Amino acid sequence: MTAPMDVTGGDTQATPAVVEGAGGQAIQGRSLGQIAWMRLKRDKVALAGGLIVIFLILVAVFAPVIAGAFGQDPTQFNSDLIDSSTMAPKTGTGISADHLFGIEPVNGRDIFSRVVYGARISLLIAFLATLLSVVIGTLLGVTAGYFGGLVDSIISKAMDVFLAFPILVFAIALAGIVPDTAFGLTGDTLRVSLLVFIIGFFNWPYIGRIIRGQTLSLREREFVDAARSLGARGPYIIFRELLPNLVAPILIYSTLLIPTNVLFEAALSFLGVGVRPPTPTWGGMLSDAVRFYTIPHFMFFPGMAIFITVLAFNLFGDGLRDALDPKAR
Amino acid sequence: MNEEPLLSVQGLEKHFPVTKGLLKRQVGAVRAVDGISFDVMKGETLGLVGESGCGKTTTGRLITRLIEPTGGTIVFEGNDISHMSQGRLRPLRRDVQMIFQDPYSSLNPRHTVGAIVGAPFRIQGIKTEQGTKKAVQEILELVGLNPEHYNRYPHEFSGGQRQRIGIARTLALKPKLIIADEPVSALDVSIQAQVVNLLEDLQSELDLTYVVIAHDLSVVRHISDRVAVMYLGKIVEIADRKGLYEAPMHPYTNALLSAVPIPDPKRRKERDRIRLQGDVPSPLNPPPACRFHTRCWKAQDICRQVEPPLLTLAPGHQAACHFPENAPSGSAAAAPQEPAAAPAD
Repeated sequence: MTAPMDVTGGDTQATPAVVEGAGGQAIQGRSLGQIAWMRLKRDKVALAGGLIVIFLILVAVFAPVIAGAFGQDPTQFNSDLIDSSTMAPKTGTGISADHLFGIEPVNGRDIFSRVVYGARISLLIAFLATLLSVVIGTLLGVTAGYFGGLVDSIISKAMDVFLAFPILVFAIALAGIVPDTAFGLTGDTLRVSLLVFIIGFFNWPYIGRIIRGQTLSLREREFVDAARSLGARGPYIIFRELLPNLVAPILIYSTLLIPTNVLFEAALSFLGVGVRPPTPTWGGMLSDAVRFYTIPHFMFFPGMAIFITVLAFNLFGDGLRDALDPKAR
Repeated sequence: MNEEPLLSVQGLEKHFPVTKGLLKRQVGAVRAVDGISFDVMKGETLGLVGESGCGKTTTGRLITRLIEPTGGTIVFEGNDISHMSQGRLRPLRRDVQMIFQDPYSSLNPRHTVGAIVGAPFRIQGIKTEQGTKKAVQEILELVGLNPEHYNRYPHEFSGGQRQRIGIARTLALKPKLIIADEPVSALDVSIQAQVVNLLEDLQSELDLTYVVIAHDLSVVRHISDRVAVMYLGKIVEIADRKGLYEAPMHPYTNALLSAVPIPDPKRRKERDRIRLQGDVPSPLNPPPACRFHTRCWKAQDICRQVEPPLLTLAPGHQAACHFPENAPSGSAAAAPQEPAAAPAD
């Protein structure tokens, strides 16, 4: 990304005080966040990624409205459109004004509405799992970095253990043994919670390490000493002095972790340990489509959905990193 | 000098352990500050000079209790704060504040000026009559900043302005003692004078006491009433400004003073410049007895065997040397026990 940088928002440069408030008009400071936003606005690729991300979120939120506009339901069978001898759609793909993306083989469900509904599961799990990782990783990372010593040793060792964990095998095993009703949850709610836990809980060490490293360098800055010499306690320093300076790495890492989690959720659904059918998921649709490789449109649309989602988040995340942290490239 | 000192430091020590191996076995210690004593009277300015690594900054951080002393006592207004718990120390922190060296790293880049200067009120839980904002704006005006800059961020200011913000934060709680750790060394020379003058104005206005840590002898000369010279964790000479600059006793002080640049080339030629040989020895393994003997041109056997005590060689003038210069007669070789009668010059 090439974001032109005439505004340096770095914390070590001093831009000489800009416009002096002439005629007593109020002087408004520009925060580093505002400067980053100005820089992001100039990065067209990142903006496009961001717009697609917003579009995908809207699609997920308004899935019933969108699917309903075409009079479709993602779980409704359309056996009348299926050729009963080949099990393929009668017109080859089944694409029509009612079925924009065609219909599935065998039972004739509408692919468009399934892709639209699939965005819900995909994004919900990716966002919640990312949130879980970021919260755990940030809290433990900043604690390890700020307190150091024994606390740091224990947390760092825990990170090593988690990183060495064969998460995919664990996910398959855990998702396989958990019954249909557990922890007071049932059905999709249980499966989604389970996936969020598995994906989120085992990913925290990545962000934990980044935050720990950043904290180690921030801790040596004199403003931390200044707060301590004023009598500030540990929690005040962590939440008021350190965390505001960690917002940039947290945001960047979150936007880059979301697509990874989208892929991971798709992989788990593909392997049959994700959300149970008939609830539509992109990974589950791909898994079904593999048996019908002669009917490529079945695989194409959920595949494209995953591809576009991951690409959009990655482009947006890259642009965000350039905007928030212009020196790190 | 009969009144109680505001701050009294006795035999202060800070050793940083050096550990090795898996079991963190201690293999030695960096003796950053190794037994220093001095008093600071109310309303005066004590300058603390010495070259890099001599323990000046550590001393400042010990007095503000940012680090825990290994030994010795720090008494502030009659309270021994040397090992006081952070909880009990909190209310006392209002009275002892610190100005930091680097105006770029001492201000949180994510906070506005208002938040930075208002932080002392928030941390100490102090309510002001007309709200924190009004109080902060008054302090900003006091240090020569525009109170309308309240909502701005530190990156929008120059180095000198940032140091003023740091000073404003220091003043917020109306402290009695301010430790200024190299307050101007990160600034341009033209700005240094402004900040030094600001510190002096504030002192007379607010009745402040300063301990100014610096390596720039001219800054110290300008601002200090008394000056202490440190070398490798020890105070080698402490005297009032006039005595120290006009009649330095310790050879190290002499060498330091001869290194001050003289702006007049004619006078510069007349002066003998003392060039010290070698580097400062490691504080990990300091030389025995007099720590300066490895670089001193006057060193004799006694300097390698007996540590010279810090003795009063003239009124208000103490030096730790067996062969002091500019000393009143008869003060050679660890002799003078009596407080010397005649003034230094």
